[in-house]
Amino acid sequence: MRAYLSDRMGAALLMAPLLLFLVLAYAWPFLGVVKWSFTLPTPGLGQYNALLTDDLVQSVFIRTLRIAAIVTVVSVAAAYAITVVWVRGTPAQRLVAEFCILVPFWISVLTRAFGWVALLSNRGLINTWLQAIGFISEPLALVRNEFGVIVGMTHFLIPFAVFPLASAMRSLDDRVLLAARGLGSSRMRTFWSVFVPMTRSGIIGSAMIVFVFSLGFFVTPAILGGGRSVMIAELIYLRIFQSPDWGLGAAISVVLVLFVGALMAILFRYVRPKQLI
Amino acid sequence: MRQPGRAAEIKAIGIGKSFGSFRALDNLSLDIGRGEFLTLLGPSGSGKTTFLMILAGFVQPTEGRLFSDGVDITERPAEQRAAGMVFQGYALFPHMSVEANIAFPLKVRKKSAADIKRRVGEMIERVGLNGHEKKLPAQLSGGQQQRVALARALVFEPGVLLLDEPFSALDKGLRGQMQAEMKRLHQETGTTFVFVTHDQSEALALSSRVAIFNHGELLQVGAPDEVYDRPANRFVAEFLGEINMLPLKEIRSADNGATGLCEDRTVSLRGSANGVGSNAILAIRPEYMSIACEAAAGENGIAATATNSTYLGAATRLDLTTRQGAKVTVSVPNEVAASALSKGNSVWLTWPAEKGFLLPDGGR
Ligand SMILES: Nc1ncnc2c1ncn2[C@@H]1O[C@H](COP(=O)(O)OP(=O)(O)OP(=O)(O)O)[C@@H](O)[C@H]1O
Ligand SMILES: [Mg+2]
Repeated sequence: MRAYLSDRMGAALLMAPLLLFLVLAYAWPFLGVVKWSFTLPTPGLGQYNALLTDDLVQSVFIRTLRIAAIVTVVSVAAAYAITVVWVRGTPAQRLVAEFCILVPFWISVLTRAFGWVALLSNRGLINTWLQAIGFISEPLALVRNEFGVIVGMTHFLIPFAVFPLASAMRSLDDRVLLAARGLGSSRMRTFWSVFVPMTRSGIIGSAMIVFVFSLGFFVTPAILGGGRSVMIAELIYLRIFQSPDWGLGAAISVVLVLFVGALMAILFRYVRPKQLI
Repeated sequence: MRQPGRAAEIKAIGIGKSFGSFRALDNLSLDIGRGEFLTLLGPSGSGKTTFLMILAGFVQPTEGRLFSDGVDITERPAEQRAAGMVFQGYALFPHMSVEANIAFPLKVRKKSAADIKRRVGEMIERVGLNGHEKKLPAQLSGGQQQRVALARALVFEPGVLLLDEPFSALDKGLRGQMQAEMKRLHQETGTTFVFVTHDQSEALALSSRVAIFNHGELLQVGAPDEVYDRPANRFVAEFLGEINMLPLKEIRSADNGATGLCEDRTVSLRGSANGVGSNAILAIRPEYMSIACEAAAGENGIAATATNSTYLGAATRLDLTTRQGAKVTVSVPNEVAASALSKGNSVWLTWPAEKGFLLPDGGR
């Protein structure tokens, strides 16, 4: 297969339909968005200026970055643990891990968000249980705030964080781990000072993917944030569909795309795309 | 650094290992002496690595016990055995510099920073890696990586150093150089070395004793000249180098050895004829045979016809066929080969009585 594809012309031809689709569906409309950001409501840099001065826009940007950072750390850590079991566990453990990783892909993002609402809301399962066993008297605020958003996003993103990690762990030479133990290193020490550093590229790849995905999240924060924990994608939606302020919405979009583009450029500098699958 | 007192003495008793229904090792008993250089030699799949892994503690034997300095270590985990190990492919830590790789076993032993610095420095000096301290393994040549692996395995002064085909990835010249270096390290450290290879000349050149494996069985253990000159069976004889085999009949014990009928000549040998019956195989290494115009009465000799010669530079390899069709190969000076071939028909193959030995007929 690879021998056929290594023919550059052939590869280019095979990719052409995809490229055409991307240009028609994304690049072309995006140019329109760029144009709006400079022309609506009046031509000029007014919208970008507003971005820098508008307190609401800035607080949403900061909240988005904060949530994305927390979600990244939590997702990558959780995915790391699952991946270790998936790649290095006993056959039974592998099966369970694989199930946990793949099942979420079959359930839509909406279903999952509402599932979390059912679990976390004031009259949800968790609060009812905790009250029933007398652990708390007032329900905990688990949803309609940043906490709920972080829980929902983390849950959604863990499977995506798994694949770069799995690829890094699979390419790791077992003998290096044996060597460490033979040299007197405990299992714990071997894990932290050999295994983890050797999967660094996977960790970076995984973190970048989760972070970039988090920046553009819409459905999950909209449902679990309950309008109180607005993230940047929801803000764009609000500017365009609710308070018709297309220019500002477009300017935010442009900034977001540039930011994500820069992150991707850094990502591909450090990790080859092949390591991400 | 020389510390024969710390070199370990290992005793394996009845070690067996099954992977499912497959027997990788069978009833293996072996004593490894303090400070000795033992080579495990055998064809691919004969169980050498498995035995080394059992010694290191990475694999649990299904039967048998393992002792180190008289202490039962069969169940002791690898990290507490303190055996230095050099893996095939080196298994260096790719994210650590040369220095950090070598310091690793000292760090996990919580040595002081000053102590680590001194010992790592000494080791780098000893294996000739000066100037490469800060490099990552990927920036080193194969031979240099090999040195790092050796230094890392020796720096914590282990009682035993286990090496699994450490030179198989090196080219021939470098291989010779590293062999010499390893011999020197063995002498300098005085540690017990257990070395795996499937290269018989490497085994004979390096070791104080050689252990020959086949199909998970230990066939023979002995000094290199012992196993080479007095192999216990046909497999060992053939595995250690080229060997000529002639059927021998009417074997009987004689004054200082035995005699037998080789084709139509009576030949004598020094070894005992006990336990081989009246028919056996007479085995002689090619380098002990020579070509002559005739064999004197009482001298070991057999008539043969030269059929083919291969020029090897320093010598010529000559293929001959005896009157009864046995194939024999000898290595002779170039001019001898030419004259033997030109004679066409008969020449005599002769050999000293002490260089022939008996192998059971037909058996392995
Ligand atoms: N984990 C395992 N599971 C099943 N079979 C194994 C395992 N490890 C080794 N074996 C089998 O045990 C036999 C001996 O293997 P071992 O690696 O000890 O051979 P070796 O003498 O080191 O060979 P080589 O010279 O090729 O390295 C082989 O037939 C191998 O397939
Ligand atoms: Mg092996």
